[in-house]
Amino acid sequence: MTFFSWPLAIGYLILAPFIGGFFDGLDRKISARMQGRTGPSVFQSFYDVSKLLQKESKMVNHLQQFLVCGFLVFVVFTGVLFFAGADLLMIFFALTLAGIFYVLQASSANAPFSALAVQRELMQMMAYEPMVLLTAVGFYVVTGSFAVREISLADRSAICLMPGFFLGFIFIMIIKLRKSPFDVSTGHHAHQEVVQGLNSDLSGPVMALVEVSHWYENVFLYGVIGLFILNNQLWSVPVALVVCFLVFFLEILIDNVCARVKWQLMFRSTWIFTIIAGVINLLVLILFHLGVK
Amino acid sequence: MSMIGFLILFPFVVAILMALMKKGSLLRRYTLYLGAAIIIVCDIVFAVSTLLNGQELHFLEETHAIDHVILVGEWLLVALVCFYSFKFRKYYCALLSVVQTGAVTWLELTGKTELCPGSAHIMVDHLTIIMCLIVGVVGGLIVLYAMGYMRLYAKHHTDVPDRRSFFFAVLFVFLGAMHGLIFSDNMLWIYFFWEITSVCSFLLIGYSQTEEATNNSFRALWMNLLGGLGFAVAIIYATLQLSTVSLQSLIHIAIGGDEAAALALVPVAFLAFAGLTKSAQMPFSRWLLGAMVAPTPTSALLHSATMVKAGVYLLLRLGPAMTGNQAGLMITLIGGFTFFAASCLAIAQSDGKKVLAYSTISNLGLITACAGIGTQEAIWSGIFLMIFHAVSKSLLFLTVGAIENSTGSRNVEDMHGLIVRLPNLAYVCIVGIMGMFLAPFGMLVAKWAALISFVDSRNVLLMAFLCFGSATTLFYWGKWLCTIIAVSNQTKKIKDKTKKMQWVVLGSLAAGVILLCITFPLISSYVVEPYLADVFETGATNIIGLGNTYLLIMMVCLLLLLPLISRILGGKREVKLDLSYMGGINEGDNRTFTDSFGEAKEMYLSNWYITEWFGEDKMLGKSLILSAAVMVVLLVMIVGGVIL
Repeated sequence: MTFFSWPLAIGYLILAPFIGGFFDGLDRKISARMQGRTGPSVFQSFYDVSKLLQKESKMVNHLQQFLVCGFLVFVVFTGVLFFAGADLLMIFFALTLAGIFYVLQASSANAPFSALAVQRELMQMMAYEPMVLLTAVGFYVVTGSFAVREISLADRSAICLMPGFFLGFIFIMIIKLRKSPFDVSTGHHAHQEVVQGLNSDLSGPVMALVEVSHWYENVFLYGVIGLFILNNQLWSVPVALVVCFLVFFLEILIDNVCARVKWQLMFRSTWIFTIIAGVINLLVLILFHLGVK
Repeated sequence: MSMIGFLILFPFVVAILMALMKKGSLLRRYTLYLGAAIIIVCDIVFAVSTLLNGQELHFLEETHAIDHVILVGEWLLVALVCFYSFKFRKYYCALLSVVQTGAVTWLELTGKTELCPGSAHIMVDHLTIIMCLIVGVVGGLIVLYAMGYMRLYAKHHTDVPDRRSFFFAVLFVFLGAMHGLIFSDNMLWIYFFWEITSVCSFLLIGYSQTEEATNNSFRALWMNLLGGLGFAVAIIYATLQLSTVSLQSLIHIAIGGDEAAALALVPVAFLAFAGLTKSAQMPFSRWLLGAMVAPTPTSALLHSATMVKAGVYLLLRLGPAMTGNQAGLMITLIGGFTFFAASCLAIAQSDGKKVLAYSTISNLGLITACAGIGTQEAIWSGIFLMIFHAVSKSLLFLTVGAIENSTGSRNVEDMHGLIVRLPNLAYVCIVGIMGMFLAPFGMLVAKWAALISFVDSRNVLLMAFLCFGSATTLFYWGKWLCTIIAVSNQTKKIKDKTKKMQWVVLGSLAAGVILLCITFPLISSYVVEPYLADVFETGATNIIGLGNTYLLIMMVCLLLLLPLISRILGGKREVKLDLSYMGGINEGDNRTFTDSFGEAKEMYLSNWYITEWFGEDKMLGKSLILSAAVMVVLLVMIVGGVIL
């Protein structure tokens, strides 16, 4: 049986901010413990956002709010399509559109730190985009469909035939989740050279919208991780959840043990890893006629 | 039939009128408007009526008289090429032209080029109708735009001799030749019109008669004449070995799968080679880059409605004949590689027209790769890429031209804050750019279908080229989009010098980009799928799927509703404008900061070009050598395989 349907999509629409926010808090807590600190409450992210919402609405120009809303709307659209079981390529294209809105928001501010982050963010998108598209291709080759619903109904978990894609996707998740060593376009800590990167010129309620968008986005990204595991047996669901949690932990670990790298290394290593893990895996699938297509 | 004759001949008539008219007369302006409008309307009427009648049309089986006229026309072209070659001492062009025309003339005089009974010189199918709309409507709009643009061009470029009548005449000749090319099925006729387009583009590129323009125009000429030579070889081989001069029957023979099919591989490969030169694929990409020295309408015409589209049109026609053979391998390898390499090269460019040129080469590479795959899905995506590209790219070129007329620069860096300075031009530019690479707009939909067809044909290399090339495409368009949208403080609006007629053209093309992403399912089911059903003799399939089509339309609606959503999410809160963050040293106007001497310093924000990786000096030479090597090796293999 499949869980990917419109009820789940509506569930995502309502619950994703809570799940995303909670895990964001958990992330901070675990990070703190890894660094030997106590860390804030796991609900700290919610407190932060509610505080942002109460602040005065200040912007550099009137376009910013419009563009941030574009980011939020298309991230939510992406996630809703995913959990409704739609076409994976379509979903990734919608995500790209959302990403472009986020970049445009920073660009419209026309300020030094934002502008720096814009170029870096575009560089990051260029770095991870091939792996994202290849992942969709991989699912299609293995299961014969781009539809998330069909993919989740396969007899065998997709990861059996596409371990390379799985590793590649975890790799680019470091960029997407804005974790060290690849967080070159936004800084989560005030002492970094890009200040707050893309968010440098955002504050108050608009910043809150960006935070909520990231929660939606993160839940969707872990959904894709889960999709590697899901098959038509019920036991795959808890397994998928466990794998998602392990990946979540792994990303935090990577974040805490790696120092931020230069963009050259970020870009090169991502493309090389995409070729090694993704393209080679695809080549094997095609050459040995594994998978449905 | 009379309608087709009219569509081919009418532009030539207008061209003669234009050439004869007085400089700067009102009569010339209205003749041009009327001529272009008639072409646009006739093409639409022709397309609609042919679709409603719903049948393939074949005309003209006996054409001795016209054949003689064409022969004379070919030698006139040779005379023209020779004249310019000797004038500028580029003798190799004259040699190329004489050799190929001489060979074809010899062939015709032997009388072996009579069509076999039952086949016709003129043929209309659904692909012709699509091309007709691209050439007529997009091409016609560009000509309409050219009038106002050239007036400003002549004002700004006083050093360039004013040869506008000549310029407009050549534009019309171009349109006439393109119509002839798409309606013909006899390869000799296609070859004749093919040569006219080569010569026309040579004349248009050399318009300003500067040294750079002359050099670039001769580069375009020799590369396209080389393609013409390939075309001539294909015709001669097909006539002597397969006794056919009809393109359709050549394709049928090639699909046949018997002994003749193996022989047909040679002409197919040489025709494909001609297609590569004309569609500016690597290693021939340099002529299209050089073409940007010409006034903008030329670039728009070459890039979107004519010339390069003639190349991919031929390749798409040949597509089914290239499935799974070495010709297909050559075309897919070169096309896929060109898509990737050209999109990388575009990153390092700051000249707006050069970015557009590399983007054209890149997208044509994708169409070429689709043609080389030659399956039903691949041809579907190839045709749609061609349609979407024609509309978006003409819009972008004309917008960049209009921006250049108003600001004096076409550099992407100088478009910083365009949304404040020239808001209307910025909006159409944003539509054009989004149309090139973002969902839910057309190019992306077609790219999506292309990806599916590459997967279905199990070509890993092409899949990789497409995935990586899409990423680099995202980078250079994203950069440009961000530059335009930067809201620079205290910048004043500047005077928009765009003429009313130019706005009509820009507006209709921008509307076209948006409408196409809603109406593409209709185009697919009424025009493209019937064509594919004819060619492949199987039921047509919808690649994108109905559900996804609805989702795409939903995305368009969401985009249109976004201002409303933004207002709702923003609530009733009052928005206060604040200073941007400059590390605490903002001088208070968002434009200047306090430097280390405590003085105000102007801020300058620039884009990232990564020339150390993607610069022309780093990549171009290697890419050209690599693609040339692939092409030569495969051509030798094809010819050798048949002869030995």
